[in-house]
Amino acid sequence: MFLCYKYIAMKRKTYIILLGIIILTFLAGNFAYPKYIKSVFPNFWDIDFKLGLDLQGGTHLLYQADLSNIDKDNYSSAMEGLRDVIERRVNMFGVAEPIVQTQESGDQYRLVVELAGIDDPAQAIKMIGETPFLEFREQKDEVETQTIIDKQKEIQDLNFEEVQLIENWELAFQDPYFKSTLLTGEYLEKAQIVFDQQTGTPLIGIQFNDEGSKIFEEITTRNVGKILAIYIDDVAISTPVVNEAIAGGSAQITGEFTVDEAKELARNLNAGALPVPIELISQQTVGPTLGKISLEESLKAGIIGLFLVILFLIIFYRVSGLLASFSLVIYVFVILALFKLIPVTLTLAGIGGFILSIGMAVDANILIFSRMKEELKKEQSFSVSLEEGFRRSWPSIRDGNITTLIVALILFGLGTSFIKGFAFTLIIGILVSMFSAIFITRNLLRLFVNTKLEEVKWLWK
Amino acid sequence: MEIKFNKYRRIYFTLSGLLIIGSIIVLLIYGLKPGIDFTGGTIMELEYVGERPSSQSILSEIEEFGLGDVVIQQTGEKGVILRMKNINEDVHQQILDKLSGAEDIEAEGGMMIGIVKTDINEIRFESIGPVIGDELKSKTKIVILMALLSMIVYIALAFRRIQRPLRSWQYGVASVLALSHDILIPLGIFAVLGKFYGIEISIPIITALLAVLGYSINNTVVVFDRIRENLLRRGEEFEKIVDISLTETLSRQINTSLTTLFVAGAIFFFGGETLKYFALVLLLGIGAGTYSSIFLAGPILVFWRKFKK
Repeated sequence: MFLCYKYIAMKRKTYIILLGIIILTFLAGNFAYPKYIKSVFPNFWDIDFKLGLDLQGGTHLLYQADLSNIDKDNYSSAMEGLRDVIERRVNMFGVAEPIVQTQESGDQYRLVVELAGIDDPAQAIKMIGETPFLEFREQKDEVETQTIIDKQKEIQDLNFEEVQLIENWELAFQDPYFKSTLLTGEYLEKAQIVFDQQTGTPLIGIQFNDEGSKIFEEITTRNVGKILAIYIDDVAISTPVVNEAIAGGSAQITGEFTVDEAKELARNLNAGALPVPIELISQQTVGPTLGKISLEESLKAGIIGLFLVILFLIIFYRVSGLLASFSLVIYVFVILALFKLIPVTLTLAGIGGFILSIGMAVDANILIFSRMKEELKKEQSFSVSLEEGFRRSWPSIRDGNITTLIVALILFGLGTSFIKGFAFTLIIGILVSMFSAIFITRNLLRLFVNTKLEEVKWLWK
Repeated sequence: MEIKFNKYRRIYFTLSGLLIIGSIIVLLIYGLKPGIDFTGGTIMELEYVGERPSSQSILSEIEEFGLGDVVIQQTGEKGVILRMKNINEDVHQQILDKLSGAEDIEAEGGMMIGIVKTDINEIRFESIGPVIGDELKSKTKIVILMALLSMIVYIALAFRRIQRPLRSWQYGVASVLALSHDILIPLGIFAVLGKFYGIEISIPIITALLAVLGYSINNTVVVFDRIRENLLRRGEEFEKIVDISLTETLSRQINTSLTTLFVAGAIFFFGGETLKYFALVLLLGIGAGTYSSIFLAGPILVFWRKFKK
C-alpha cells in the first residue's frame, strides 16, 4: 500500500518535471530559431546571433603606439586621446558597433580596432593611420572665392571625362572659402578647457610655443575682422572671428560648446598637438564571402555531426538511445538560446567547440547506458537498473567532465582570442550537457518504469 | 567473461613504442613548422575574376617588391594563397594594385583621382608582426604548461585513495605516459605533414591538441575509476581485475570515441578550411587516446606491478 503510494508520488513528480522540460524545449527552440513562431506571434522575442569577424567578414587591426615622446604619467591620457580620435574617425565609416580599445601588454601600449562588415579596409586603415591634424586656415580673398564657386557651378552636371576638358577644372575641387596657413598642431603647446568669466560658458584656451606664437601673431595681424578657421582632420571645428592681433601665443576658441564637447575638443587638440605615432603591427581581414562560406560550412558540419550521433545512439541503444537523442536535441536548443542570451560572439573556433561538445555531451549517457545494460544482464528490475546505472556511473561522469572543464578554464583564462572562443563554448557545453544527459534523460527514462515497454527486454539491452 | 587484455601487452607496448619513437625521430629531424601566428608573416588569399595566371607569373609580377620567399598555393578554381614575410599596409596595397593590373587614373598635372581595380578580389588578408608572434609563442607555452601541470595534480588528487596494490602516483605516471602517447603521435604526423605538405602549426591546431589532452585524461580516468571500484569489491588478482575493468568499460570507450569521432569527422570533411586541421588533430588524438586508454594505461599498471615483484 505504502509502496504503491510512493510510486504514484514519484510518477507525478516525473510528469511535472517532464512538463517543465517540454516548456523549456519549446521556449529554447523557438528562441534559437524564431522563424516559425514569428508567423504566429509576430512579437515573439527575437535576437540575432552575434557573429565574430571571421564569420561575418571584417577587419581586425592592432596598432602599436609609440609613447617615447611622452611622460610616463601621461601615458593613459595620451592613449585615451588617441582612442577618442580614432573612434571618431572610425565612426565615419558607418560600420555597426565598431570596437576601439586600448590594450596594455607588458610595457607596450596598443590599440585594437575591429570593424565588422567593412567594404574597404584599405581606406579605413589609411584614415586611421593619419595622426590627428590640427590646422588654422584663413579666408581666401573674395575674387578667388568667387572664381572657385563659378567653376564648381560650371562642372556641376558633367561627368568625369567632360570635366577634364574644362580649363582650370582642378580649381573646382578646392575649398572656396579657406586656405591653409603655416600654423598647425606642430606649434601647439597645449589646449585646455576654460570658462568665460562673465557668462560661465566653456571655452578652449590654446597656447602656442615660441615659434607658433610668432606665426600666430602674423596671421592674426593680417586677418583682423576676418574668420580664422580651426580644422581638425580637414573638418572645420570652430570658425572664430579675429578681433585684434594677438601676441604672446595664447588664444581662446569660442563656440557653442557644452562642457563635454569642450573637453573632448581640448583633448583632441592635445592629441593633434602631441602626436602619438602609431604603427600597424597586425592585420586580419576576412572578406564577407569567405565569412559566409565559413558559417555555412561549419553549420553543415554541425548538422551532419548531430545526425550521425543520433543515428548511432538509436542503432546502438534503441529506446534509451532515442531518449538520449531527445536530450541531445534539447541540449542543442538550450545552448543556441544561451548563445543569444549571454550573448556569445560566435567565431569559427566557438562553433568548432560547440560541435565537439555535441559529440562529448552524449558521453554521460553512454556511460549510464553501459551501466544500465550491465545491471539488466544481472536480471535486475528495470527501475533498479535505471537508478543503479545513474548512481554508479556518476563518479566517472564527474571526473571526466572535471578534467575537460579544468583544461577549458585554463584555455579560457590564458588563451588568445581563438582559444578563448573555443574554450568558452566548450565550458557552456560541458555544464549544459551534464544537465541534459543526466536530469533530462533520467526523467524521460522514468516514464517507462512499470509500463508494458519495460518488459520488452530487447528494447533496452 | 573478461577479455585477456594483459596477455598481449608486449604487442601493444611494441606497437605504441615504435609509433612514439618514430614520432620523436621525425619531430627531431623535421621539427614542426610554425605558422604565421607564431612567426609573424603574411597570408593573402585572392580570387581572380577572370583567368587565373600561373604561380610563376604571379611570382615574377611581385618580384620587384623584394618580398623574399613567397609561397603560392592554388585553391579552388580561381583562388590563390600567397604566403610571405610580414609586410606593411603600403606594400600590401601595391601588391594588390600590381596583381589586379590596376591603373592609376591620373589627371593633368599628375593629380591622382582614383584607382580602378579590375580583376581580383581579396578574400582574406592576415599580416602578423614578429613581435605579436613572439608574444603568442610564449603565451601558448604557458597555456600548455599550465594545462599539463593541472592534469597531473588532478590525477594525483583523484587517485589518492587507492593505495593498494600500487601507489596513487603510479596511476598518475601511467596516465601521463598514455597522455604523451596521445599527444606525440599527432605531433609526429604533423611534423611529416609540415615537411611534405607545408602544413603549419597554427593556433587552432594547438587548441585541438589541448582539447585532446583533456579528452585523453578523461578516457584514462574512466578505466582507472573502474579499476578502483573493482579493487574495493573483488579480491582477485590485480591482472584479472584490470582485465575485468577494461572489458566492462570497453563498449563505453569505443562508443564515446565514436560519437566524438563522428563530429570531428564531420568538421574535417564539411567544416571548411580553417577548422580542417583542427579536426584532423582531434581525429588523430582521440583515436590514439582511445587506443591508449584500452591497451596502454591498464597494462602499464599490470606490468609495473609484475616488475616490482
